[in-house]
Amino acid sequence: MAEKICTNIGHGGGPVLVHVENDKIIRVRPLVFADDEVVPSWTIEAHGRAFTPLRKDTVAPYGMTEKARTYAPDRIPYPMKRVDWDPSGAPGSTGPGGRNNQNRGRSGYERIGWDEALDIVGVEMRRVRETYGPEAVAYMSSSHHNAGSIGTHRSTLNRFFKMIGATDYFDNPDSWEGWLWGATHTWGFFWRMGPPEQFDLLEDVMNNTELIVFWASDPDTNRGAYSGQDSAEWRVWLKQLGIKMIFIDPHLNFTAGPMSDKWIAPRPGTDAALAEAIAYVWLTEGTYDKEYVASRTVGFEEFRDQVLGKTDGVKRTPAWAAEKCDIPERVIWALAREWASKKTTLSCGMRGVFGGACREAYGHEWARLMVLLIAMQGLGKPGINMWGATMGAPSNFEFRFPGFENGGMQQVGDTIHVNKTTQRVYRTHFPDSIMDPPVSWLGEGFNSKSLEQQFIPYTYPEPGKSEIKLFYRHGGSFIGTMPQGSKWLQAYQMPKIEMLVNQDCWFCSETKHADIILPACTNFERDDIGEFGNCGWMSPDTYSGNIRRVIVYMKKCIEPIHESKPDYWIYSQLAARLGMEHDYTEGRSEEEWIRRYYDWSDLHKVVSWEEFKEKGYYLVPIPERTSTPALRWFAEERECDTPDFGNPKRGTDKAKELGTYTGLIEFRSKSLEVLSDDHTERPLVPRYIPSWEGHETTELYDRYPLQLITPHPRFSFHTMYDHTRVIWDIPAHRMLIDGYYYLTCRINPIDAAARGIKQGDVVRLWNDRHPGVLCGAHVTERVRPGTLHAFESSAKYDPLVPGDPLSIDRAGCVNLLATDRQISKGIAGVAPNSTLVEVVTWEG
Amino acid sequence: MTRYGMVVDITRCNGCYNCFIACRDEHCGNDFPPYSLSQPESGHYWMRLVEKERGRFPKVKVAYTAIPCMHCDEPRCVEFAEASVPPGEPAPIYRRPDGIVMIDPERSVGREDLVGSCPYRVIFWNEELSLPQKCTLCAHLLDQGWKEPRCVEACPTRALRFGDLDDPESEVAQLVASGKTEPLRPEYQMHDKVTYISLPKRFVAGTVVLGDNDACGEGAQVTLKAVDEDAAGTGVADAGAVTCAADNYGDFEFEDLPPGAAYTVTVSVSGYEDHKVVVRTHQDVYLGEIVLQPSAAAVTPARPDGGGA
Repeated sequence: MAEKICTNIGHGGGPVLVHVENDKIIRVRPLVFADDEVVPSWTIEAHGRAFTPLRKDTVAPYGMTEKARTYAPDRIPYPMKRVDWDPSGAPGSTGPGGRNNQNRGRSGYERIGWDEALDIVGVEMRRVRETYGPEAVAYMSSSHHNAGSIGTHRSTLNRFFKMIGATDYFDNPDSWEGWLWGATHTWGFFWRMGPPEQFDLLEDVMNNTELIVFWASDPDTNRGAYSGQDSAEWRVWLKQLGIKMIFIDPHLNFTAGPMSDKWIAPRPGTDAALAEAIAYVWLTEGTYDKEYVASRTVGFEEFRDQVLGKTDGVKRTPAWAAEKCDIPERVIWALAREWASKKTTLSCGMRGVFGGACREAYGHEWARLMVLLIAMQGLGKPGINMWGATMGAPSNFEFRFPGFENGGMQQVGDTIHVNKTTQRVYRTHFPDSIMDPPVSWLGEGFNSKSLEQQFIPYTYPEPGKSEIKLFYRHGGSFIGTMPQGSKWLQAYQMPKIEMLVNQDCWFCSETKHADIILPACTNFERDDIGEFGNCGWMSPDTYSGNIRRVIVYMKKCIEPIHESKPDYWIYSQLAARLGMEHDYTEGRSEEEWIRRYYDWSDLHKVVSWEEFKEKGYYLVPIPERTSTPALRWFAEERECDTPDFGNPKRGTDKAKELGTYTGLIEFRSKSLEVLSDDHTERPLVPRYIPSWEGHETTELYDRYPLQLITPHPRFSFHTMYDHTRVIWDIPAHRMLIDGYYYLTCRINPIDAAARGIKQGDVVRLWNDRHPGVLCGAHVTERVRPGTLHAFESSAKYDPLVPGDPLSIDRAGCVNLLATDRQISKGIAGVAPNSTLVEVVTWEG
Repeated sequence: MTRYGMVVDITRCNGCYNCFIACRDEHCGNDFPPYSLSQPESGHYWMRLVEKERGRFPKVKVAYTAIPCMHCDEPRCVEFAEASVPPGEPAPIYRRPDGIVMIDPERSVGREDLVGSCPYRVIFWNEELSLPQKCTLCAHLLDQGWKEPRCVEACPTRALRFGDLDDPESEVAQLVASGKTEPLRPEYQMHDKVTYISLPKRFVAGTVVLGDNDACGEGAQVTLKAVDEDAAGTGVADAGAVTCAADNYGDFEFEDLPPGAAYTVTVSVSGYEDHKVVVRTHQDVYLGEIVLQPSAAAVTPARPDGGGA
């Protein structure tokens, strides 16, 4: 049989060509455009040179492993039932014929057929709903799953549970906590969940910027999240243009390694002190943009007084910060002066912001201070901006094609199902909600509707409503991603969770705790449609991180592996068992849904369905448009002229304003003053607050003197793609020691020598919360003394004592060591980068 | 005549490993007789990416070097392979007319001895197939009309360039003609067709601090002078000295020095005692903080920032 080539997309990986022979994937390669492709590339001119991107799409490293991942040994082969879980057993029953929840994580599994599996789930779902009410069924997705629009989790899963009505959940903004809980009260942008617009900043920086300060920012690793490696060459251009790059990070990160001109490594948790000291230099030397501060900001005087020590008697001098940050005082003076003397763009993470310093105790204070620093230098003026070095390429912002987060069928169906159940559970509070209800919190997770939304009070369970009895997990990542993941295991073993379902493609950290496991196929085993790098929803225009917009007909490449099935099929079958099949499917096949999506989008205006399917992709041409650099309008006191369509003031009589209460950048937050009574841990004027778990908590620090930082991984997409030896063979990801792939943990030679740890040793990290996670020790000068670095998001969980939530884990779920404590009082974020540990060579 | 080669531009490499992964994607689980048989799932590095960490905290740099088979014009492996069979008999390793060096998967069965024939160590032993294996530059694809091997196609930054070295119009030929490229190990003298731009050499760096007021030694004059009496007599730089000024952090750096050389580093700031130290570039050298003390005669200058130290 001849080789066929299918177009598809990897989730976060990039658009690919899949070569298939005899129903077997031969190779997966970047989507190289056809020779006769007419859509031109853009060119940016800067300093007399012209820069044009590649005529192909680039793929993130993990996206290059799709073949290996498709055939990975840990694909879930068929439906399974936990051997000692008997659905006829009474809730909480143990022993033969019981449910034996205490054995979750310990029990073996037996193979069952699809009909049996679906019948069990359907019958249980009916029973639980009828017995306890719809609130007793809860569902939750991992943040990331298969690529696509129709067949992906935001479509198939959400549609099903919103249709039947169930306890819904709020995701926390776990990658950008401080920006949502903090920066929105400084510069608005709540409709983007905190991050700012990035329009046309690539060209602006290439032409106007002299210095980029990368602060907790590793664009080469995070890549704008979903945009493959399209921006990698842009940063090479920045170097070629001689733009200086300074990196502030406890770890010489992967962008910094080959590119940094200067590395400044503060102690984790002290970035806000460094920020205040920089402001001190500018204030005392008068090297800030006074005109901008006067016209574009409010509350400056209070901030100035605080930094100069007039408020609380503490001058935020470089000497004051040097002691906290453990960097030389003179370096702070020099940094502040250089920053003020050059046109400087600040990069605080992959979308302008994100950055690991926002995922620590009081991370919102650092985020707010970052906005204030760049405001003091004239945020929005040429060359002076907040830019992640991953986005802001020329693009087409008018062409309508919804991103994958928009909900697929829930976007284009005749009926958009609305969950009639109002009970909610907050993701990071799930274990406490099960083990120790009631649990209360503020806000609706991503809170993209308004600043007020962050303060809506919730309590689980709702008065008079049932607690969760049946928990349906789509994806199985949480033991490897949620801070203090062991508490999830403890919750799962509670008698009150009468049924636990897991639906996924691969065995992941949680999968083998479920009572019923349902094998889904990947997006290479079914048809779909999608746009590379288009997140959509509350992360609009993320495709400006791409060389160009590419919409792909994601063609089914091979038959589903083993007995796996499309998620759409699985939920359709469950809907049928609840008598709601037509409500779910509207009578459409997957292919008909894809066609409907095509018709709903602007695609149908520009390319026929047949041609689109045949060619497999569509390149969205870039129209003639005038460059509108992000926030230039604000700096110049004009109406918003960028295509930031979610900006609620855009096109109104307040179009010159930011999304804050005053419409200006707020040194002193008006919204916090109005909306919150408690300003102890999120004060009206941001400042450094010592971490509740850091170098200033001396009793704890004496026992656990190493700060563990757990940034997002470079070679997997969270837990996604951490399934193959080709990724594990990358030494920065895992280390093969005595036949086992341990997660790589970086340790400074000074700390290693003090503990007798050598390169390649297996080490145990532990603290009071957890007795141990085993890692491979990589002794490196790239991490500052006193700090350990290991990637969050191990897909594997390998407890030495299965079923014991406090067992030592061999696979590298380092988040087991982190706390699920809120980022600060009343603020429902998490702070995994505030984790103290000790480490020792593992002799076991 | 076509003569395929590759230029690796280390200034463009971000260390993403796409080249390594693409190679595994192409060759693991796929047989392409008579070019190659399947690469094992693990343990082989037909395209190896070597991460080199340079310096010490907080002056650290990272460089990645992609190392496939060099497809040498005078390959030691072919020489060895030809000598291992009777005259006139086809050798298990051979050089194609287009310059690609191939291991014949039929004639090399059981020939573990071939693994050691390459000084670059880019031949790997496949235990299961009893076969020596290495990079083929994806000859099976080039022969089907592909423009470049999988590793080059997957490179997002154009760090890997591929083409015909004998075509003066090709990018690789022009890069080689520019004189910027060099072989990984010139001493092997094998006429490698994979060459490099900006292979990491050695740096000598330091941070100048003014001892009396703990200020950055901005503008300090730093001189690097080769020491001629290097015992080994190798790697000594040309006589003469180079000078640079410390930057606003007091940092200075001399880059691209040869390995194994010896230098005298002299740091001078007017009004302070000179600091002199001898360094050897067996590794990259970060001298750390060099604290200059005021010379006896000098008056201590006021710290420019007025800040306390």
